[in-house]
Amino acid sequence: MHELAITVIGPDRTGIVADVAEALSGVGANLSDSTMTRLRGHFAMTLICTGPSAEAVEKALAPLTSDGGLLFTVRAVQPEADAAARGEPYLVSVHGADRLGIVAAVTRVVAGAGGNITDLTTRLTGPLYVLVAEVDLPAGAAAGLQEQLARAADEVGVDVTLRRAEPEIL
Amino acid sequence: MSDFTWKPELLGVDGRVRPVVTAPATVLSGVGDEVDPFHPEVVQLAADLVATMRVSPGCVGLAAPQLGVSAQMFVVDVTEHPKAGTTHGTFVLCNARIVEASRWRPGREGCMSVPDLTGDVKRAGRIVVEAVLPGTGEPVTLTTDAFEARALQHEIDHCAGKLFLDRVAGAHAIYQRKVYLEARTNDQ
Repeated sequence: MHELAITVIGPDRTGIVADVAEALSGVGANLSDSTMTRLRGHFAMTLICTGPSAEAVEKALAPLTSDGGLLFTVRAVQPEADAAARGEPYLVSVHGADRLGIVAAVTRVVAGAGGNITDLTTRLTGPLYVLVAEVDLPAGAAAGLQEQLARAADEVGVDVTLRRAEPEIL
Repeated sequence: MSDFTWKPELLGVDGRVRPVVTAPATVLSGVGDEVDPFHPEVVQLAADLVATMRVSPGCVGLAAPQLGVSAQMFVVDVTEHPKAGTTHGTFVLCNARIVEASRWRPGREGCMSVPDLTGDVKRAGRIVVEAVLPGTGEPVTLTTDAFEARALQHEIDHCAGKLFLDRVAGAHAIYQRKVYLEARTNDQ
């Protein structure tokens, strides 16, 4: 049993998910965690699968690239280690005029504070750039990070908010 | 149920429709100044907020920074909105403060100043707000709930330089808007 990390991206069209999922199931690759979304007209899939070898999956996906539309990568990865302590969940929002280096500036500060980004979305709409990140922070790191983020945001001319995430658990 | 009665006609001036500022704009990020509710410019701005809201389809609230003025004043009118509970008609508040907030619930918000995105935001479903009315300076305490409470919190945020983007519930809680007027589900 292999664990595989697979990425697929191409111009959005009807049936990409069906085509890829069918090819994977055809070689016995069981799809576990995945994200699939449309990014500015491109459909992007990131998947973790278990099952056959990377070579078998590459062979199964190869026909989907014949028209030059889809690009994919397949590589064997190690299964997830036992989850370590995750820290405290926080959210970072950033918005401002689009310019080079916003994500780099903000995420470098988060990493410097020991924050682990677990999910991140960016959107560019007209001149407005928006970033929302979910971050696990070491206990007690939030106050210092708040100040550092404010300075970094000021330098790149954006607004930033750091706040505790409130899980909705019924 | 109404804690007070107010009508835009009490301002005694005609409102002008003004352009709405969109992000990124510095005026949307600053903390608004407290206003003198008797000042003629404040009274005119109150009328302008009402006039601009009324010509904007689906708009149920508008704050002074959205008209390019860094000031703590906004208009709200959620009358007839399907998600409304308690409503107070059309009203403009100056220097509003939330003094009680409870019953926190998620809901989808949009904003005329962020026209291409919506987001899921947790807001109090019941609030008490203290403010003064433009023109008369009369202090009011407003107790409301549901959609009017959400709209008030959104507008009070504008007056503090905050957008709904600063409160979205997660990395997957912002959405590209296909059509601005989404069945009037937006609170702005």
